Amino acid sequence: MHEWALAEAVIETAIEESRKEGLEEISEITVQIGELQQIELEVFHFALDEIAKAHDEDSLLTNAKVRLETERAIFKCRVCGTEWDYRDSCVGEDEGEAIHFAPEVAHVYVRCPSCKSPDFEVIQGRGVLLKAIKGKR
Amino acid sequence: MVTDPRLSVIARRLSGIKRIVAVTGGKGGIGKSLTSSLLALTLSRMGYRVGLLDLDLSAPSTHVILGIDGVYPKEEKGIIPPEVHGISFMSIIYFTGNEPAPLRGEDITNAMLELLAITQWGSRDFLIVDMPPGIGDASMDVIRWLKRAEFLVMTTASKVALETVKKVIKMLDELNKPIIGVIENMKMRESSSVYDALHEFNVPLLGAIEFDMNLEDSIGDANALVRTTVAARLKEIIVSTPGFNLEH
Repeated sequence: MHEWALAEAVIETAIEESRKEGLEEISEITVQIGELQQIELEVFHFALDEIAKAHDEDSLLTNAKVRLETERAIFKCRVCGTEWDYRDSCVGEDEGEAIHFAPEVAHVYVRCPSCKSPDFEVIQGRGVLLKAIKGKR
Repeated sequence: MVTDPRLSVIARRLSGIKRIVAVTGGKGGIGKSLTSSLLALTLSRMGYRVGLLDLDLSAPSTHVILGIDGVYPKEEKGIIPPEVHGISFMSIIYFTGNEPAPLRGEDITNAMLELLAITQWGSRDFLIVDMPPGIGDASMDVIRWLKRAEFLVMTTASKVALETVKKVIKMLDELNKPIIGVIENMKMRESSSVYDALHEFNVPLLGAIEFDMNLEDSIGDANALVRTTVAARLKEIIVSTPGFNLEH
């Protein structure tokens, strides 16, 4: 369950950010998940809930709700400028699994549909980001 | 606010590791990967619990040196590196296979960060890091993220290598990073050029490893590698270096 490691990172960061902002209680954590990383949302949500419970020594996370927002993974070729969706790339199961662990290896397995270049930019939807925290001061 | 959460968790992932030794140097081809591999192998054979992390993502090669093939990390609350030759071994090659990985600087930064954020090293005496060459984005990232790293600097006696290695030492010095020392690699003749180049720094020259023209025959075979004169000399150097502080 590799999602666990990323969930742990999200909770650690949420705690750090809430301290910076002087929050006494977090009510909502919004996490953006890029489709390229192919996170299993149920597993990730479960991990976030469990880790939040385990970290809740000072009740910071007791009432925290987690919102997961997914973002389509869009690539742009640096050579010819073509933009395309990761969903339209033909990636096998093993390659998809590798991309799940390290999304940058998409450059090994994906090519621009127009010019076949591996030199493209992931313009959105790479991986897991902490997008917002709401809470009481 | 959009924050990358992976940075917050690196220290936790490395918390079970007593010492992090980053093997660095200015130029490619001066033996960083070979020294990283031999250092990991030697420490493991001395009874230490060792991890080896190949962060030269453009040209990963420690798996070739150690003959590591057909293994894959285990997924458990992250990924657990497989143990090969007594070394917990982590490299991007698990995910790229033998295909080229045409990664730009930003991609390398992201991929290294991902590996550091998800790898569960557990309890280790040493983590040996094969650093990316030079002082570009990738090296600067590793220096910033691996806050407890101590640096072992490799060079050859070539003026070309020395010119760059001096810059690496200056930069590490400026950043107040601990340098265990410098090793002269592939020594072919008596010369004081490395010693002379280091006189302006407060950094010890730990010793020299003579060029071994038969070393190539042992690449890919860990048991043969530890029997080479290069491995024997490296062991002598690390055992006699106070900065390594080995119990032997």
